[in-house]
Amino acid sequence: MEGLSKKRRLMDGVRRGSLWLSAGLTCGVLALIIGCVLWQGLRHVTWELLSGQRSYLNDTNGILPNILNTLYIILLSMAAALPLGVGAAVYLTEYARGGRWVGAIEFAAETLSGLPSILFGLVGMLFFVRLLGFGTGTLAGGLTLVVMILPVVMRTTQESLKTVPQSYREGALGLGAGQWRMVRTVVLPNAADGIVTGCILAVGRIMGESAALLFTAGASAGLGGFFRALYAPSATLSVSLYVYVNEYGDMDTAMAIAAVLMVITLLLNLAAAWTGRRLKKRKGGR
Amino acid sequence: MSHEKMLNRKRVEGGIKALFFLCGLTAVGAVLFISVYLVFAGVPAIQELGLVRFVLGDTWNPQQEQYGILPFLLTSMAGTGGAVLLGVPVGVLTALFLAKTARPGWAKAIRAAVALLAGIPSVVYGLVGMVVLVPAVQRAFSLPSGANLLSAVLVLSVMILPSIVRVAETALRAVPREYEEASLALGATPAETMFRVSLPAARSGVATAAALGVGRALGEAMAIIMVSGNVANLPAGPFTAVRFLTTAIASEMNYAPMGSLWRRALFSIGLVLFLFIMLVNAALHGVIRGAGEE
Amino acid sequence: MEAVLRTQALSLWYGSVQALKGVSLDVLENRVTALIGPSGCGKSTFLKTLDRMTQLIPGVRVEGEIVYRGRSIFDPAVDVTTLRRQVGMVFQKPNPFPMSIYDNVAYGPRTHGIRRHGELDAIVEKSLRQAAIWDEVKDRLKRSALSLSGGQQQRICIARALAVEPDVLLMDEATSALDPISTSKIEELIAQLRERYTIVIVTHNMQQAVRVSDQCAFFLQGELVEAGDTQGVFSAPKDPRTQNYITGRFG
Repeated sequence: MEGLSKKRRLMDGVRRGSLWLSAGLTCGVLALIIGCVLWQGLRHVTWELLSGQRSYLNDTNGILPNILNTLYIILLSMAAALPLGVGAAVYLTEYARGGRWVGAIEFAAETLSGLPSILFGLVGMLFFVRLLGFGTGTLAGGLTLVVMILPVVMRTTQESLKTVPQSYREGALGLGAGQWRMVRTVVLPNAADGIVTGCILAVGRIMGESAALLFTAGASAGLGGFFRALYAPSATLSVSLYVYVNEYGDMDTAMAIAAVLMVITLLLNLAAAWTGRRLKKRKGGR
Repeated sequence: MSHEKMLNRKRVEGGIKALFFLCGLTAVGAVLFISVYLVFAGVPAIQELGLVRFVLGDTWNPQQEQYGILPFLLTSMAGTGGAVLLGVPVGVLTALFLAKTARPGWAKAIRAAVALLAGIPSVVYGLVGMVVLVPAVQRAFSLPSGANLLSAVLVLSVMILPSIVRVAETALRAVPREYEEASLALGATPAETMFRVSLPAARSGVATAAALGVGRALGEAMAIIMVSGNVANLPAGPFTAVRFLTTAIASEMNYAPMGSLWRRALFSIGLVLFLFIMLVNAALHGVIRGAGEE
Repeated sequence: MEAVLRTQALSLWYGSVQALKGVSLDVLENRVTALIGPSGCGKSTFLKTLDRMTQLIPGVRVEGEIVYRGRSIFDPAVDVTTLRRQVGMVFQKPNPFPMSIYDNVAYGPRTHGIRRHGELDAIVEKSLRQAAIWDEVKDRLKRSALSLSGGQQQRICIARALAVEPDVLLMDEATSALDPISTSKIEELIAQLRERYTIVIVTHNMQQAVRVSDQCAFFLQGELVEAGDTQGVFSAPKDPRTQNYITGRFG
């Protein structure tokens, strides 16, 4: 029996090689980015940097205001996007059951998740900052991001609601529970880990966002507490990284911020993987 | 249960349903609102300048009231095209590796890497590009500066990888095992089977992945603003310093005075970008529908 | 009569479950051999081991010997792609590729290095004629194979298997997913193909085994209970278990 022809063996090698090369390239690039950021950034992360603020007068440098602003915006956006996203998902999976609005809502969510963040920034600036007169600050920035992360929360909640077995619902309805009582006591508690995963993903999006916040939350930052930040320019960590590069030319601090962002990204990914695995286990258990 | 109680309960249920419906409507409302707002904000400058002069004008120089966005338009197209040309093959082959040959342990590790790649903020991509890639490009081609279209394309191609890998892997996993068995039974090797049966069978998914990559690359701003040189040149080659549709908005909005034609022209760029993205979305839906009919 | 494939004391395990227990069977040249037995008796596993398709399943272990034309198929020097080219397979569910009819049939020859158009055209036509479907599809070779009916799809799959000019053709319940008319067409086809090929079929259908096969082998719980001339096995089974099965007492 003759084996593979020389040409076929060569092509086979090329094909298999290209697969390994591509996968290797993907991982290599990631390793390069993580390595570079942690290597060049971590040594500039000091307590002074994390706990101070930038001031020409006192000649200090610090990113505490940016850390706080990031937290404020996460709180603000999630406070609005979580109920809206979960509500929309509940409507789609528990109430609508087909119907023409389902298509429209899903299409809208898909469109929103495909829109560039700079466009959210533009409309956010025109509407929240100018028309409603909020000015640049965490309020305008947070509200802009609500629209951006809404599809993320909605989609993961929907996925999770779909894994709740129909028998649970029938059980609850069979005991005479109304639709709302059934959703509240049976469906939502059983979809909790999916909702949590969605929140983690959404927090990641907010943390990494810059283009949508540049003109809505602003690019400068001072320390002043939650309520002051609502209406005052408040750069988040990601935005401040850009500002440090673009305006101050301070690459060391920029790298330090990148390292902080990278560590948080790693942690969020681990958390999402953990909750995601729990979700999958539950799915598989059935 | 008394009649009144039942009526009450019905009312409550109806109210709650309406509330959830409103939540769902926010997404629809937001899309409509954004579309209308971008049109209202973007049309005036185009009307003032004339569509042809705005879209086909090859000079952008606000100091001399020249607002031609052809340089941005062509740069965005070239940058997106280049990123897709590099990112789609690497992404699809990585997906093929994950779906068909990788051992479970390896696949898990690579999937985690891809998820992490998706989570890295754009500004971090930009910074690393600026610190590592730009000097490397400068040295490799002995250029005065490495901040150019090529660097932007390289950064974009990495940024679009995760979504391509994810969508393509899902599509490849959905290829029926029977196709692959038939190919192997005819004496094809596993590699031949993957490339000549699995990949063509998943073509609509691969096309979706590519379209998603186009959308991502077209919309990215903050990563490429730091590596592209940020000058409003026509993209004459890979080593030209360029400015994209997105980065033009991001870099000039804070300098354009309120109410000026300059500022309104930036809104018009936003509108053009929006139309572009909607076009890509429409193509994406065309692909999905086309695959459904098959 | 020459035995094309000789199996000697073949045992196979899926993990710790033994699916074949010391099966020894000769497959004779230019004969149709039918493998019969209740579901899960190992007949399909046996068939798929003949061209080493069971190897694709993780955790499979094989003992014993399969000799194809004087050479062990487990010999490390044997190339599995060449073996599978010589021992073709048609599956239970029609599985044409999502490509045109032409590309489906041309897939095998192309894989094995035939690129010239004239040559491919000739092979495609010849294979489709042999599979008795040429007249039905000759005007729409560029159409997707998935647009055909189930019976037509299965004959495309047979043509696809014939296009690489195999020596032996394995058919794993190739008619079980089809309607009666398609089934009888494929049975006719098998009768014609036996002049040129050695054929092994797996079937659930006793009548089919009697109609199309020359040799017959009865499997039960991984064991080969009885094998021989089909007429003989059905009219005068030697083993009471065979007797019980073909008279419909279990299975």
